[in-house]
Amino acid sequence: MHIHKDFFAGARGSLPILIGVVPFAMISGVAAVSVGMTFFETMGMSVLVFAGASQLAIFQLMSVGSPWLIMVLTAWVINLRFTMYSATLAPYMQKLSTWRKALLAYMLSDQAFGVSLSHFVATREEVSHRWFYFGSAATIWGAWQISAAIGAWLGALVPASWGFDFAFPLSFMALMFAALRDRPTVIAALAGGLIAVLAKGLPYNIGLVLATFLGIASGYLAESLQMREATQ
Amino acid sequence: MSQSSLWLLFLVVGLGTFLQRFIFIYLFGKIEMPDWLRRALRFVPAAALAALVFPALTHPAGHLDISTWNFRLLAGLGGALVAWKSRNVMLTILVGMILLWALEAAFGV
Repeated sequence: MHIHKDFFAGARGSLPILIGVVPFAMISGVAAVSVGMTFFETMGMSVLVFAGASQLAIFQLMSVGSPWLIMVLTAWVINLRFTMYSATLAPYMQKLSTWRKALLAYMLSDQAFGVSLSHFVATREEVSHRWFYFGSAATIWGAWQISAAIGAWLGALVPASWGFDFAFPLSFMALMFAALRDRPTVIAALAGGLIAVLAKGLPYNIGLVLATFLGIASGYLAESLQMREATQ
Repeated sequence: MSQSSLWLLFLVVGLGTFLQRFIFIYLFGKIEMPDWLRRALRFVPAAALAALVFPALTHPAGHLDISTWNFRLLAGLGGALVAWKSRNVMLTILVGMILLWALEAAFGV
């Protein structure tokens, strides 16, 4: 198999963003060990799931003893954003066999999406699109796995008395602020957060999933009202 | 959590997440993502992450505690300020954890 030159362009284009990927992956490794997972389990999860925010959410739910189904639902809801990336990248991934599409889809990350899309809007050559994306996604995937392994190894050295579980809400906070782009997203976050507080007493931690959907609905509604005002 | 249910959790979450990544790449040309869904998905990160953050600060021990003795709430508000200004995960964790440790060392019982 020959490797197209744009694979390396994608890899190079992803180097700056590794500054964010490496520490976040290490945190996920430390966090996994802090909730009692072994090195092997940590890496198994990291390879099978490969979605940092949802993995951290699972750890937080594990640390408060949430039911299995709530962990699954929460992780899926957090990862819903990938369907949007999937739809956006789809036109660039055609003319490939289903297996290759599956491989490229598996490696999809927030960072690979961001790096690739900004490259795609700048070039029109079709072959290079998927090679560039492949180079970017593979680089980020590799850096993530190596960093998660280092984190899992370091995590064994962190005593439980340090209260490291507090790092979960703190990391979500940084990711949340990065997601606040305009007034409707702020409304989605405020509604989701406040409803989660009010619904905290509901059984099985179901309030989390409920709050997320109501938060999404609030943002959607706010945006609809904004659009209606703009057209009047 | 038992070994088997842990690995089943990884498999089920992993498979679902893979399908979310794959679905529209696979269905391209057959099914388009409806416009309302695309609009709604934009709000997923903000709503889901806030729903995880808020209760972790207001219910640190499982019950509502909005007082100055809730060190996680105080440290979390400090962390929020850093998150807002920097949007940096590492820096937010660092400042938030140091605030929590400092509060516990100074006022903890």
